[in-house]
Amino acid sequence: MSTTAVSLRQSRAAAFWYSTTGKKIVMAITGAMLFLFVIGHMVGNLQIFEGREKLNAYGHLLHSLSEPLWAVRAVLIAAIVLHIIATVQLALRNKAARPVGYSRREAINSSYASRTMYWSGPIVLAFVIFHLLHLTAGIIVPGAAFIDGDVYHNVVSGFEVWWVSVWYIFAICLLGFHLRHGIWSMFQSVGLNHPRYTPLLKQAAIWIAAIIVIGYISIPISVLLGLVKE
Amino acid sequence: MKLTLKIWRQKNSNDKGAFVSYPMGNVNPDMSMLECLDVLNETLTERGEEPVAFEHDCREGICGSCGFMINGVAHGPERATTVCQLTMRHFKDGDELVLEPWRAHAFPFLKDLCVDRRAFDRIIAAGGYVSVSTGNAPDANAIPVGKDIADQAMDAAACIGCGACVAACPNAAAALFTGAKVAHLSVLPQGKVEADRRALAMVAQMNEEGFGNCTNIGECTGVCPKSIPLQVIARMNRDFFRASLKRRDEPATTITPVYDWKVKTQ
Amino acid sequence: MTLDSKVPSGPIEKAWEKTRFDLKLVNPANKRKHTLIVVGSGLAGASAAATLGELGYNVKCFCFQDSPRRAHSIAAQGGINAAKNYQNDGDSVYRLFYDTVKGGDFRAREANVYRLAEISVHIIDQCVAQGVPFAREYGGALTNRSFGGAQVSRTFYARGQTGQQLLLGAYQALERQARAGTVAMYPRTEMLDLIVIDGKARGIVTRHLVTGEIQTHFADAVILGTGGYGNVYYLSTNAKGSNATAIWRAHKRGALFANPCFTQIHPTCIPVSGDYQSKLTLMSESLRNDGRIWVPLKKGDKRPPNEIPEAERDYYLERRYPSFGNLVPRDVASRNAKAVCDEGRGVGETGLGVYLDFSDAIARLGRHVIEERYGNLFDMYQRITDEDPYQVPMRIYPAIHYTMGGLWVDYQLQSTIPGLFVIGEANFSDHGANRLGASALMQGLSDGYFIIPYTVGDYIASNKFAKVDASHPEAQAALACVRQMTEKLLSIRGKRTVDSFHRELGKIMWDYCGMSRNAEGLKKAIGEIRQLREEYWQNVNVPGSDDDINQSLEKAGRVADFFELGELMCIDALERNESCGGHFREEYQTPDGEAQRDDEHYSYAAAWGYRGPGNPPDVYKEPLEFHYVHPSQRSYK
Repeated sequence: MSTTAVSLRQSRAAAFWYSTTGKKIVMAITGAMLFLFVIGHMVGNLQIFEGREKLNAYGHLLHSLSEPLWAVRAVLIAAIVLHIIATVQLALRNKAARPVGYSRREAINSSYASRTMYWSGPIVLAFVIFHLLHLTAGIIVPGAAFIDGDVYHNVVSGFEVWWVSVWYIFAICLLGFHLRHGIWSMFQSVGLNHPRYTPLLKQAAIWIAAIIVIGYISIPISVLLGLVKE
Repeated sequence: MKLTLKIWRQKNSNDKGAFVSYPMGNVNPDMSMLECLDVLNETLTERGEEPVAFEHDCREGICGSCGFMINGVAHGPERATTVCQLTMRHFKDGDELVLEPWRAHAFPFLKDLCVDRRAFDRIIAAGGYVSVSTGNAPDANAIPVGKDIADQAMDAAACIGCGACVAACPNAAAALFTGAKVAHLSVLPQGKVEADRRALAMVAQMNEEGFGNCTNIGECTGVCPKSIPLQVIARMNRDFFRASLKRRDEPATTITPVYDWKVKTQ
Repeated sequence: MTLDSKVPSGPIEKAWEKTRFDLKLVNPANKRKHTLIVVGSGLAGASAAATLGELGYNVKCFCFQDSPRRAHSIAAQGGINAAKNYQNDGDSVYRLFYDTVKGGDFRAREANVYRLAEISVHIIDQCVAQGVPFAREYGGALTNRSFGGAQVSRTFYARGQTGQQLLLGAYQALERQARAGTVAMYPRTEMLDLIVIDGKARGIVTRHLVTGEIQTHFADAVILGTGGYGNVYYLSTNAKGSNATAIWRAHKRGALFANPCFTQIHPTCIPVSGDYQSKLTLMSESLRNDGRIWVPLKKGDKRPPNEIPEAERDYYLERRYPSFGNLVPRDVASRNAKAVCDEGRGVGETGLGVYLDFSDAIARLGRHVIEERYGNLFDMYQRITDEDPYQVPMRIYPAIHYTMGGLWVDYQLQSTIPGLFVIGEANFSDHGANRLGASALMQGLSDGYFIIPYTVGDYIASNKFAKVDASHPEAQAALACVRQMTEKLLSIRGKRTVDSFHRELGKIMWDYCGMSRNAEGLKKAIGEIRQLREEYWQNVNVPGSDDDINQSLEKAGRVADFFELGELMCIDALERNESCGGHFREEYQTPDGEAQRDDEHYSYAAAWGYRGPGNPPDVYKEPLEFHYVHPSQRSYK
């Protein structure tokens, strides 16, 4: 007989959070929120191709909606925090789950993207912080002076610095990898998997990730190529 | 054909283990991996050395006893095949095969290629059943079950409990094993009745055992001898999610894993 | 000793009902005061342990594997019979009873078989309620298939994994009780002796296979569900770990062993491919529905099968049995395969194989139909042999599969030692001299779920149990006996491995006590076995120690028992001067080579008693009476 003690668990909410499955559901839901932001943010940014006025007007519009904007920011920050806490806790748990490693292990069935979530995530986070300091707060100013309210100027002058663009493109590509697994994975985590639709979803995830990458990196590339300029 | 078997030898969990290489002179391509180990063990015994301990029983790929890593892949290179049915013709003359036991915190080491998988029994004991005592049953045809539902249940129920999913998972997660039982029972009308309780209890016990978490990457299903699909994990997640949102009075309880083998008498 | 079968008088239809009424009951509050030991966790053991736990007894369940789910019941492919008559094809409890008695060649106890048929319908209900995913029709009803020896469709199945699904059902019920605290599970613990105190079975001696600890466990009754002994032959379809140690050591403590020579040989297994072969793999009997069995007409024809023209092939089953053709029962199909191979017409490198050819069926039905019906079997065949059965015929050969013999039990499944009950393949009761396909699962579950819970209760209620513990001299004696044997095995340090002895024993058994037997061969076998056993105890090499996992030591103890049991099988086969079912004595055959029963002299179960090492065993005879199914010559022409 291998069993004796029976331990009682905490409240239902705590039990949910302390379980691996519960944490993954939290990651899926917060991931979905961040994914929606990534889409929205891209659509907003692409207005750069319609010229300075359009983009700056969009920026002003967002700023004028001060309370809703902060509400959204608060939700996004909470989502990021939860996403990260859950990841870190699960990662520590996973490390403990295999105290002695293999001398050799081959991956035979998983995508490169799925195996590199632990790398792509933190790098994207570092990028987001840099990105906020650069274009939202104007604390890091690699190019010409930061002009509050002139989004177009800030973006173009920033990307004209080659390493800013490279860093941006690199991080967005990682984001693409992260999403390529994350987009279908969040469905799996909340329990949605279907023999017919999930393969389609996996295909779609690749396309969506690709569109997001292309959408975002089109901006620095256009700036570098001089297609978009001051 | 000639092969070299590089096998993890370790007397017990207190001993420090190491790989030992055994050159094999004439391996018949028709023999199974386990028969190859039999031949090695006969030689070792004749030489007065201790044979390699490995788990095996039915040798038909259904009991789930056997399994180890071959060159970093659980159950070796053939898909949907346990090591007892893996024939040596899948290797090339001169190959070196690295044989290593499953490694996971929840599968404590025993000897050579053997580990303790009682964690799986405890997960089943937590809720992997329909609570129907002998004699309670209505007529077998009283509740119709669609063919598609029966097939779906069977796909999940095919799990043999070998532990390859845990072994192959970079996180040593037992989601495929647990999900298979959850999915098998909760799609059937007979098992649906207690689906909520089952999902909460089995996930709780799975966590208590110290398995890692599922990152949905699919290594488990790749090595699974029965090709259990990832859908079963989604089913477990869904049942767990739904059960967590519902009101229920009784919290899930768990059993503290005990790893030693002290036998109680009387 | 007279053997009292305890079958109640009166009509057979009422026998079980009457018995159940007459059995004494144990008050629910008192049940937990009684400890019961169940050894084995297959269909019989797990279902018994779970059900006794549900009733409230304090159950201890032992298995030598790492988990109860590994028991070899898991490997059963085809299905489980039940007289549900869901197909409206004329099935009934009586017909299942009739078919089983006839299929067993009139060597089973009628009342037991009737009860088995009666209970079969409840088994399906119970398993469905547990969530066993049996195959279904589109409308949601259960579906059936046909199996050998029956003209109705009464076999329920879950793809080719029926045994697995039924065992998992019982295993899950068992784990539920383990969690509830009524069953204590002891995995990796092997029973090595029975403790008999004041004439009653009161406990067992076990060895823990990880720590090597040898211990005693006590109870008010001991139930053995430890399976069959087909591994005497070394090569069989049994699991590598399947062994006779529990029943054999109980036999040596006084339980009679009935009909040990009744073994079943399954005709469709993948042939042996080399000396290293460790076990044989079964291909489901259902393949014979569409496959045609043949060998070349000429001896030693080494041409590839596809180059042998139709006119030079011998479809010997179709030729000899025009009405049943390839679907003759297992014993007949097996014997005929052996006969053509003995003539030198066998195929494959070893010459021990016949073709099972699907080319006609593929031409007639199309490859996709065959794929749908047998796809997973074809894949398994290809995985093992590296030949594509869609292109070239399969090669098959008979192999040891099941043992009908076992410890003698009465109608209440109690052995000749009071308090020792034996269930499933480990007992001898229901299949006579030949078991029909899909009946083994039925018997295991019937014994475990529906019979033992009643009959053990009666035993508990009718007896007083003095407290016993390890200090009892009988317990000490049993313990000493086990320790001594373990030490002896480890101390010989001879030159030959356990497996080499086992393989040699298996060959003797297969050659002389296999598909066909004769007096001369059996006598020779008995001599050879004795000689080999003597060498074993002088020259076996069991490396390692007894305080950790030592798989050689585990095997060594089991093989020691196989030597003794193998000898008894030959003695029993020699004593039974007739052919019946799986027991084919060459001296006793009809002019056209079929089994010739001798009902006048051999209509009995032979129960053997152990009389100490070196002494010939005693035989006790339980006469078999047939009031309902009258013995006749089986004919499949």
